[in-house]
Amino acid sequence: MASVLEDVGKKTLNELDYVGSLNIQLWATLRAMGSALPFVGNRYRWQAVVRQMLQIGVDALPMVSLMAICTGFILAMQGASELRRFGALHYVIDLVAVGFTRELGPLLTAIAVSGRSGSAFAAEIGTMKVTEELDSLRVMALEPVEFILAPKYLAALVSVPCLSIVSNVCGILAGGLFMFLSTHLSPLLYVRYVLTSIQLQDVMTGLIKSVAFATIIAHVGCLEGFRVRGGPDSVGRSTTSAVVKSTFLVIVADAVFTAIFYFTGKP
Amino acid sequence: MPIISIRDLVVEYDGRRILDGLNLDIEHGETMVLLGGSGSGKSTLLRHIIGLERPKSGSVSVKGIDIAHCSAAELKTVRRSIGVAFQSAALFNSMSVEDNVALPLREHTALAPSIIDLVVWMKLAVVGLQDFGKLHPQELSGGMKKRGAVARALALDPEILVLDEPSAGLDPIVAAELDELILLLNHTFQMTVIVVTHEMPSAFRIADRIAMLHKGTFSSIGTKDEIRASTNPRVRQFLDRVPGDITKAPTVAAYFEKYMQRQEKYE
Repeated sequence: MASVLEDVGKKTLNELDYVGSLNIQLWATLRAMGSALPFVGNRYRWQAVVRQMLQIGVDALPMVSLMAICTGFILAMQGASELRRFGALHYVIDLVAVGFTRELGPLLTAIAVSGRSGSAFAAEIGTMKVTEELDSLRVMALEPVEFILAPKYLAALVSVPCLSIVSNVCGILAGGLFMFLSTHLSPLLYVRYVLTSIQLQDVMTGLIKSVAFATIIAHVGCLEGFRVRGGPDSVGRSTTSAVVKSTFLVIVADAVFTAIFYFTGKP
Repeated sequence: MPIISIRDLVVEYDGRRILDGLNLDIEHGETMVLLGGSGSGKSTLLRHIIGLERPKSGSVSVKGIDIAHCSAAELKTVRRSIGVAFQSAALFNSMSVEDNVALPLREHTALAPSIIDLVVWMKLAVVGLQDFGKLHPQELSGGMKKRGAVARALALDPEILVLDEPSAGLDPIVAAELDELILLLNHTFQMTVIVVTHEMPSAFRIADRIAMLHKGTFSSIGTKDEIRASTNPRVRQFLDRVPGDITKAPTVAAYFEKYMQRQEKYE
């Protein structure tokens, strides 16, 4: 019994330590963000931000678009099969449009970015730690948080919401394709229905979520990299851990945000 | 006044004492070689001298600043006057060799890009890598990587140059070339050089003084001639390459007896 309690206590302390480390890292990064900003910050740091935006955002575009198109099509088909029975096929448009802008667009994007970039952050920083590159930075009076983390975080803050918008558009267009194929609804009319069914608030809540998801993915990925101990096997474990933890935390954060918006009367 | 002063330095990892009350003064312009076998604590001592780790007790003062207890800003200032080449070279794999050398110049000086290019070329020329600047570290041999790391360490013309096992794993010719480079830097620029090594010919070629570490304490500190003439059994064993008693029958028997006692205790 005592050993069970010991284990539970130890794991709880470990999790609290992890959350504490995430918070400390977040504050340290926010303090260092000024150096990564364009015009007012360090020129080389901003170049790093642009490179990261290309990797996180532009390189992920095909994957995120395809995922959104497939999911939009699936959602429309599944919705149609049920709603048709009640003669409410036109509600498929609301289902796809509202579902994507509030929920699926940001969530799908976050899962894709977590798999692509969260793991890459952990692997990159973990390898730098194993090869003493992080120590090299420190002895050159360069802080890894400012040099590595701040550009990645700023790039994620810009790229993830942009990708979410692309995901929303692709998912909704896939719904339109389904409606055209199944009911011959003209694309223009479909767009008009979509614009009447979604509100600016829906888009904004989706974007707020995607900013939170970007924070989770960037910080979990980087923290896992910084916590690497030992050799290459540890880098592999941290990479896996980064994807698992960031995906889990993204879904938890999504539930929390959705609950907050629901109970405060905002969608 | 010594440029580096170590007083009563104690370092422990997980309750295991690695360095036990070390005292050492390193004078300005001196080449100090830290000699010792594997696991004697050389690299640990070096990591404390460059402020990468904080000791359990004692102090390490660099240019009069106790880097174990100073502020982050003071530590940065001290670090700018130290150039470090790690045992693994620790060049940034994502950058070319010339970008590696240019990094501290871009971060810590306001020099124009054309001047930085010139300085980088000069530093690479000093170590004989002027024609290899465009290559990435993974395209270089072990010796070239180490020379690249020395070029980067020299980038800001540091007052103190710290080299961790510079000749380890190098062929005798490249190792001798590195020794000559260290001597050149010391004589020409009056740099204080600290070299960690267990290569005897290299140590006796470059050192002004040698500090010999054994199991976390200095077994001897003195000039080359004093160390050569030392009657200290540890120093003699090291200099005369006398094997330890790890393979002798009584030692093996003692290990076996300990093992059996442990097994009996568990049963």
